[in-house]
Amino acid sequence: MSAVAQESAAGTGRAARAGIQLVLVLFALFYLLPLYVMGVNSFKPLSEITGGNMMALPQVWTLEAWGAAWSTAQIGVEPTGLRPYFLNSILMVVPAVAISTILGALNGYVLTKWRFRGDKWVFGLMLFSCFIPFQIVLIPMAVTLGKLGLAGSVPGLVLVHVVYGLGFTTLYFRNYYAAFPTELVRAAQIDGAGFFRIFWRILLPVSGPIAVVSVIWQFTNIWNDFLFGASFGGTSQPMTVALNNLVQSSTGVKEYNVHFAGAILAALPTLVVYIVAGRYFVRGLMAGSVKG
Amino acid sequence: MTGSPQPDFRTRLQDWLPKLVLAPSFAVTIFFVYGFILFTVILSFTGSKMLPLWKFVGLSNYSKLWALENWNTAIVNIGIFAGLYITICMGVGLMLAIFLDQKIRGEGMLRPIYLYPMALSFIVTGTAWKWFLDPGIGLEHILQSWGWTSFHFTWIKDGDFAIYCIVIAAVWQTSGFVMSMFLAGLRGIDNEILKAAQIDGASTPQLYRRIVIPLLRPAFMSAFVILAHLSVKSYDLVIALTGGGPGRDTELPATFMYSYTFTRNQMGVGASSAVIMLMTVAAIMVPYIYAELKEKA
Amino acid sequence: MRGFFGKTMTAAAVLAMTTSFARATDVEVLHWWTSGGEAAALNVLKDMLAGQGIGWVDMPVAGGGGEAAMTTLKARVNAGDAPTSVQMLGFDIQDWAEQGSLGNLDEVAAKEGWDAVIPAALQRFAKYDGHWVSAPVNVHSTNWVWINKAALDKTGLAVPTNWDELVTVLDKMKEAGITPIAHGGQPWQDATVFDSMVLAQGVDFYNKAFVELDPEALGGAQMAEAFDHFIKLSSYLDANFSNRDWNLASAMVIKGEAGMQIMGDWAKGEFLKAGQKPGADFVCIRFPGTQGAVSFNSDQFAMFNVDGDDKKAAQLAMAQAIESPTFQSAFNVVKGSVPARTDVPDTDFDDCGKKGIADLAEANAKGSLVGSMAHGHAAPAAVKNAAYDVITGAMNGKFASGTEAATALAAAVAAAK
Repeated sequence: MSAVAQESAAGTGRAARAGIQLVLVLFALFYLLPLYVMGVNSFKPLSEITGGNMMALPQVWTLEAWGAAWSTAQIGVEPTGLRPYFLNSILMVVPAVAISTILGALNGYVLTKWRFRGDKWVFGLMLFSCFIPFQIVLIPMAVTLGKLGLAGSVPGLVLVHVVYGLGFTTLYFRNYYAAFPTELVRAAQIDGAGFFRIFWRILLPVSGPIAVVSVIWQFTNIWNDFLFGASFGGTSQPMTVALNNLVQSSTGVKEYNVHFAGAILAALPTLVVYIVAGRYFVRGLMAGSVKG
Repeated sequence: MTGSPQPDFRTRLQDWLPKLVLAPSFAVTIFFVYGFILFTVILSFTGSKMLPLWKFVGLSNYSKLWALENWNTAIVNIGIFAGLYITICMGVGLMLAIFLDQKIRGEGMLRPIYLYPMALSFIVTGTAWKWFLDPGIGLEHILQSWGWTSFHFTWIKDGDFAIYCIVIAAVWQTSGFVMSMFLAGLRGIDNEILKAAQIDGASTPQLYRRIVIPLLRPAFMSAFVILAHLSVKSYDLVIALTGGGPGRDTELPATFMYSYTFTRNQMGVGASSAVIMLMTVAAIMVPYIYAELKEKA
Repeated sequence: MRGFFGKTMTAAAVLAMTTSFARATDVEVLHWWTSGGEAAALNVLKDMLAGQGIGWVDMPVAGGGGEAAMTTLKARVNAGDAPTSVQMLGFDIQDWAEQGSLGNLDEVAAKEGWDAVIPAALQRFAKYDGHWVSAPVNVHSTNWVWINKAALDKTGLAVPTNWDELVTVLDKMKEAGITPIAHGGQPWQDATVFDSMVLAQGVDFYNKAFVELDPEALGGAQMAEAFDHFIKLSSYLDANFSNRDWNLASAMVIKGEAGMQIMGDWAKGEFLKAGQKPGADFVCIRFPGTQGAVSFNSDQFAMFNVDGDDKKAAQLAMAQAIESPTFQSAFNVVKGSVPARTDVPDTDFDDCGKKGIADLAEANAKGSLVGSMAHGHAAPAAVKNAAYDVITGAMNGKFASGTEAATALAAAVAAAK
């Protein structure tokens, strides 16, 4: 906590402080609202939802919807719930996040400590790639994956997510490493340390905060992706596609309580990541990516 | 480094190694991003309907595109949406960050609450929002049932206002993230500068206006980039909240492109809208990237 | 559950090894029947195939009435990895057949005599260039009205049989303080209602406007009247209809908050699930002025080209199973639709289902079975969506008069053709 904040706070009147606290709490309520709606309704029987007030607490508390969403709800022809898809998502997310983060770190390292003619162009081109809307790559990507023999497979999905995550991970690590004193790298070089040795011994040990930012960012985006999962997932569809299958029904009965329970289940891993790693997140942002 | 006339293999490898390490990433970017953009550009000059069809029709897709009312709606909407979304997110984010930085009670609790919406996908959060904004079961209904009978909030049902509902939900999702970026920026400011200013007699608001906010410039830039990118890609938000309605009043370029490319079987028109989108993004982003790179030279 | 899980994983692993080891007698099915009753109904088919030793690799992708699945299909076909069979609607089948992507089912069709028992209106979509490419599963129809019996009784009026009677009933319901029409303002729902407006102008006019896309019919006086009726109906909705899910609209009728809903026969499932009895709690009628005609949409399973004799055999076995009367009856009882072949006994169906089967047979015989515009069985996707834009605009008060809307419709269709 910065010392000056303390002082400026001391200078602020008591009323102003109470006002600030109130505003912060009101905003917290605003942020929590949809989660509250999803939460309370997931514990109600369906009749209470279609008939009643969505904000009210359940008259009858039931865990039925949660059980159904996890293991018995109809997803396609099989009443499996979301359970089997959970592992599909993990199998896709973990390698994709790991590979894109490692590559991003190496790229950032090269672009800041081993600069060469045109390195800015390379970085500029990679940075711009963050802005490409994913819908436009769908068809050419399908053709490419087909040619590579990766269509409809987990490795294919991992490839897609790595490719379109590289821009961001490179950006994060580049900005972070830019603030790291290059003299240390040069000194190690003079001592005879090689490219990977310097990375391993000098840069990697201080990369914790930015790695957290990169992992959170990638994990959230990949876990929540629907478009690529539905198009290239084949029979190993990720959780979001299953969730979508659960909640979208053209001409069937909509079980909102099961939908909400499913939505919370599908979001649990990302929620856990945010809550556990949240504080490192701000620290990581502080350490690098928003510095000039 | 290459001073000696006959560098041994090891030294030469060390020279090449960084480029070799970078090469795969760069190569996939060139192919999967720029190659595919080129593909889309070419596609936009063809008469493709359901699948790519290499029959060239010149600029006719573009003239068709600009004649479509839906496209013009989408253009107006993205202007409203991106403008408001970016401004409000930054405003809310900055305010919350400054407030949180006042050594406030329960910061550890509040921060994850502000941040968590970023972790959720809109596939179902959209339903929760849709209900909440719906006059019949949501906010209006609740406040009226609490006795405030004159309260009306029917934006989501009104073609002229529904786009603002999308802004509200989008702000909900990302403003906490922006708050984190500003908070990180605030915490990174050197205290000595602030102390010196305080000794010179600057009041707290003055301190923020004159010194702190200008120092946050990099955070503003990063937030702008991320928000601009998210607003261009906004798709599931619209689909979940309004489905493009009432009527087609909340069409955005991303939803337009998707529906023409994939569901209306007018792939050529869809591709041309994608090209326009990319050109717009480039017009905004290239100066930023250029400035960013120049600064750090 | 374990078994399915294991199978999914194996299938994933196998696919990763470039598909050549895939079990020869599997069918891979891409569909969007993912929830509750629909998926359970499809399970009947899965079990039938399992009985013949044919495995089922499930590829469900829901959303937007099949739009998400069609996007996935495009990705799969571009990747050179088309599924065995894909749930598909109307013109999509013809479009894929035109691309040369679909297989040939003539062998099984001839053996089973499909030509004689499947209505010609369905064959128009299931056959391409004279060859069967697709197996119709069901026939849904859109010109239904679902009325709350108690609300109707309160008006003291009989079931309406023409437009004027309908307006009287609606006015009486309004006086009685209930929302006359429950509706969800989504383009496809708006268009579903509009189907009936146009069909009430006569089958010939419907065909001329929506199938032949005749500019004079589209912009003419009859279309203007259809739009006038449509705009009139929009005055009977509650203020809150925009973007409401159709099943919440059904719930309004079930609870008696609203008098009636104009919706396809899938709405019946909501009434039945709420424990309501046809005839006693709710009444199902054809939209006033359309009795004798049926605007339909038909879910079909289009069969893609597959390599290898055993795969082809599995595909044909699947097509055969789909058209078997046992499956047709079992599936459609659950789904709320009626069988795609006219010789299936109606014993297992409820009263509304029986009426649906009889109406279909009658319309088929009279030539008044028409493809639904709203559900892509009258005109191709580009035209359908252009029409959606105008119809939804009319529902949302964009046009002062029916004439204006009809002019806009003619222009929009011309631009999309």
